Amino acid sequence: MAEFLIAMAGVVLAVVSVGLARVLWGPADADRLMAAQLLGTGSVAAVLLLAAAVGSPAIVDAAVILTLLAAFAIAAFVSSQFDSDATADLPRDQQQ
Amino acid sequence: MSVLRDLFTIVLVSAGAVFFLAGTAGLLRFPDPLTRLHALTKADNLGLGLIVIGLLPQADGILAGLKLVVVWLLAQLAGAAATRLVARATGRPG
Amino acid sequence: MSVGPALDAGLALLASALAVWVVLARQAFGAVVGFVAFGLVLSLAWLRLGAVDVALTEAAIGSGVTGAVLLAAVTRLHCARPVVAAARCGRRTRAISIASAGLVSAGLAALVLSPTDPAPTLAPQAAAALPELGVGNAITGILLAYRSVDTLLEKIVLLLALAGIWSLARDGAWGDRPAPPGSGRRDGTLTLLGQVLPPLGIVAGIYIVWVGADAPGGAFQGGAILAAMWILALMARLADPPVVGRIGVRLAVGIGPIVFLAIGFAGFALPGGFLSYPAGFAKPLIIVIEVALTFSIAVVLGLLVLGPSARGTQR
Repeated sequence: MAEFLIAMAGVVLAVVSVGLARVLWGPADADRLMAAQLLGTGSVAAVLLLAAAVGSPAIVDAAVILTLLAAFAIAAFVSSQFDSDATADLPRDQQQ
Repeated sequence: MSVLRDLFTIVLVSAGAVFFLAGTAGLLRFPDPLTRLHALTKADNLGLGLIVIGLLPQADGILAGLKLVVVWLLAQLAGAAATRLVARATGRPG
Repeated sequence: MSVGPALDAGLALLASALAVWVVLARQAFGAVVGFVAFGLVLSLAWLRLGAVDVALTEAAIGSGVTGAVLLAAVTRLHCARPVVAAARCGRRTRAISIASAGLVSAGLAALVLSPTDPAPTLAPQAAAALPELGVGNAITGILLAYRSVDTLLEKIVLLLALAGIWSLARDGAWGDRPAPPGSGRRDGTLTLLGQVLPPLGIVAGIYIVWVGADAPGGAFQGGAILAAMWILALMARLADPPVVGRIGVRLAVGIGPIVFLAIGFAGFALPGGFLSYPAGFAKPLIIVIEVALTFSIAVVLGLLVLGPSARGTQR
C-alpha cells in the first residue's frame, strides 16, 4: 500500500510538472500562473499521499500550509498585474 | 475487510490521478486561456477530491480523516478564488 | 528501480529544471513564478528527506514570503523602466550565474555524498536530553534551548534587515506608511479572499506554533503564515499599512527579541549563565519566548514585504 501511494504521488507530480511547460510557452502571464497553480494543487495531493504512505499525520500540516500559501501567492501575483487605480493608494477614508 | 479498504483506496486515488492528467492535458492543449482555466478547475476539484476520499479509509481515526477533508475544503476555497482572479487577469470579461 | 528513489530523482530533476528556468526566463515576472514553484518543489524534497520542519519553513518563507518580496521588487523595477532597460541581463551574465550555481551545487553534492565513517552527529545526545525540557520536537529543543543564542541572533538579523529596508525611504517619507501592496484595483474576489482566508490562516498559524512543541512546526513557520495573511488583507485594501514611525509598530517589531533578551539575562541568576532555564521551568519559558517571537516575526516579515515608507500616504 505504501509503495502504491508513493508511486501515485510520483505520478501526480510527474503529470503536473509536464503542465509546467506552460510556464515556458504560455503566451500570457496568466498561463504561467495557471501552470503554477496546477503545480500547487498537485503538490498538495502528493503531500497527502506521502503522509498516508509514511503514516505521519504531521505531514498533513504541510499540506495546510501549502494550500494557504498557494492562495496567497496567486493573489499576490494577480494583484501586481493590473494598472494602478488612481484612488487605490489613499487611506480608505479619503477614497470616497 | 482490509482488502476491500485497500481496493477502495487504489481505485479512487487512481481516478484522482486520471483527473490530474486530464487537467494537465487541457492546460497544454486547449486554445484559449479561459478554456485552459476550465480544465484546471477539474483537476483542482475532482482530482484532489477523489484522492482525499480515497485516503480516508487509510487515515488513523476520525480526527485524521477530518483533517484531510479540511485540507480539501481549504483547497476548494483557495482554488475557486484563484481561478476567478486568474480569469480576470486574462483581461476578458468573466 | 524502487518507487521511492524514482520519486526522489524526479524531484531533483524538476528542481534543477526550475532553477535553470529562473535564470533563463526573459521576463522578471516569469522568473518569480518559477522561483515560487521551485520553492514548492524544494519543500517536497525536504518532506521526502523526513525534515518536516524545514519543509514547512521552506514553503512558508522560502517560497511564500520571499516570493512576495521578489514580486514587490519586480513591480518597483517596472515603474523605473528607463533605468532598468539600460541594465538588462545579457547572455553572458546568465551563463555565469548558471555555471557558478552549478559549481556550488556540485561541491555540496560531493561533500554530502562522500563516504565518511559514522558521520559526525550529536542527534542521540540531543534526543536524550529532550524529556528534561518537556519538549517533544527535537528541532524546537535545538532552536530554543540548546542553541537559543543562535535563534536570538537570527531575530536580531531580521531587525537589521528591516532597518536596511526602511533606510531606502526618501528623507521626507521616513516613518510614514509604506505603499499598500499590489495595484489596489477593486476586485470582489480579492476582497472576499481577504475577508475569508485570514481568519482561517490565523488559526492555522497559531496551531503551527502551538504544535511545534511536540511535532513539526514552530514560531518561524507560524509567524510567516500570519504575515502572509496580513499582506493578503492589505492587498484586498481591507486595512491600511501601519505608520512605521509610531511607537506601537516599533514595539511590535522589537517585542520578540526584547522578551528573549530579558529571559536570557535572567539566566545569569542561574549556574548556566546567559539563556539558561531553571529546571522544571523550561517549557513555560520556551512557550513565552515562542509567543513573543511569533508576533514579532509576523510583523517584521510583513513589513519586509511592504518595503520602505512612501511619501504622501500619511493622513
